Amino acid sequence: MWQKITSSEKGRGILLISPPFIYALVLMAFPLAAIFLFSFWTQDFMDVDTTFTLNNYREIVEKPIYGALLQRSLYVSACVTLVTVLLAFPVAYFVSFHVRPERKSLWLFLITIPFWTSYLIRVFLWKVILGFNGVINTGLINIGLIDEPLTFILYNVNAVIITLAHAFAPFAILPIFVALEKIDRSLLEASQDLGESKFMTFFRVTLPLAMPGVVAAVLIVFIPTIGDYVTPELMGGAGGKLIANMIQTQFLALNNAPLGAALAIVAMVCVTAISLVFVLLNRRWLKGRS
Amino acid sequence: MSLRVYAIAYLIFLYAPIALLPIFAFNDATIIAFPLSGFTTDWFGELWTNTSLHTAVRNSVFIAVMTAIISTLLGICAARAGAMAHFPLKAGIMGFIMLPLVLPEIIVAVSLLVVVVQIFDLGLSNWTIIAAHTLICTPFCIAILNGAFQNLDPSMEEAAMDLGESRFGAFRSVTLPLVMPGIISSMLIAFTISLDEFIIAFFLSGVSPTMPVYIWGLLRFPASLPVVMALGTILVALSIILLTIAEILRRRGMARAGVADKGGFL
Repeated sequence: MWQKITSSEKGRGILLISPPFIYALVLMAFPLAAIFLFSFWTQDFMDVDTTFTLNNYREIVEKPIYGALLQRSLYVSACVTLVTVLLAFPVAYFVSFHVRPERKSLWLFLITIPFWTSYLIRVFLWKVILGFNGVINTGLINIGLIDEPLTFILYNVNAVIITLAHAFAPFAILPIFVALEKIDRSLLEASQDLGESKFMTFFRVTLPLAMPGVVAAVLIVFIPTIGDYVTPELMGGAGGKLIANMIQTQFLALNNAPLGAALAIVAMVCVTAISLVFVLLNRRWLKGRS
Repeated sequence: MSLRVYAIAYLIFLYAPIALLPIFAFNDATIIAFPLSGFTTDWFGELWTNTSLHTAVRNSVFIAVMTAIISTLLGICAARAGAMAHFPLKAGIMGFIMLPLVLPEIIVAVSLLVVVVQIFDLGLSNWTIIAAHTLICTPFCIAILNGAFQNLDPSMEEAAMDLGESRFGAFRSVTLPLVMPGIISSMLIAFTISLDEFIIAFFLSGVSPTMPVYIWGLLRFPASLPVVMALGTILVALSIILLTIAEILRRRGMARAGVADKGGFL
């Protein structure tokens, strides 16, 4: 039997892929199924009541706070995605088209370094930059542009968006860069030979060909941002809390894990649905252009 | 030209927060704000005497080392299967294994918390964090190892087997040395991710906190902030060193596989 499996390439492939596959099955798929089941149960003081009920979902629909938090979370994630991708595209374009080939990996390395370092402390430092006595306010007052510190940049949704856009920058740059690298440069020459200006070539050739990368960047920023509770906790103030903070509170402080599970499921479903719609809207850029 | 200016401005934006770290770490004031008052190394000195910090660092290093080893082993399996073999549902299975890359971390955290505590009624320990960190690090390891495995010429291993090596012997003596830089690079990346991860560790840590969880506790007390800045400076320096080594090794691995491709070996 063992001989039979290991003698064919197919058998060896299945044998090799099994450990990581089973690991992902046991530690991702199974827990996700468990949390889904859990969301239909209820917390009864210290015990969990395992009768099937939609009460958690009913509570989420009926109490306005959950809807409001979810809406704000989706708004913040959408803004972060928009800002991140718009700011990242020119950088990816620059590295792909204007940097000498042997220098490209150095640029990518420089771009990814801040992403790996002390997430918590980086978020906290944005507080130092944006704060009342922070770098931006002190700087602007010193050069005489403003008289009083700006207050709209800390402890609100704007601060959360700026910080998250900074944290997710490399995530947006890398997929766009990969898509741009794949573009056959002779297509651009052909477009210009046929009389298009550089500007129109970008919009009619480069951008459509880069769209798979842009779509990947949007998904890879939009989906994980919904799960961040550190940035809203530190930067958001009272009015900047998001759904992830509520999930965290339900699980740890209020000890109502089933409601927290239901909130997590609702957030996941919303994000997945929006992502699917986005992919569908962009499907004409994605097919047959590999 | 203007694009270059923009790209450099963007890099400054990326580095602005961590550039502030050393400034405040050496600043002789308990308030983290400008203007600066004077130079001191006291905050670094305090790091040496703080025993609860030392415990947290030991926890984190243990978790990060175990995560690096396990996720790289899983990554080697996946990258080799992906590079060499064709089997049913390959793209689907690969996509499934890479899924933790986009899964929000809080979802990973709460779902594992539910399984461990509520369903199996087990206690939380460093091992629950290791299990979760391995899950999120494996896709990164696969991405790095793919680069090392994909360029490899399969005929080299076949040649070794024709010359009498067993399949495993051929892997160990031919392929392994070629992908070694990729493996070390993958372990360093997994180590760095795990060492820095907070969201999952906060949910799953047992009685003794990891270093990021400990830092999170410190952020609430203004008096301890300068010490956090000093700690952050050391961590950033350490991560940059580790990542630079990882990058050099990754490139060397690609180069090795690339040279092998030309067939000047036999």
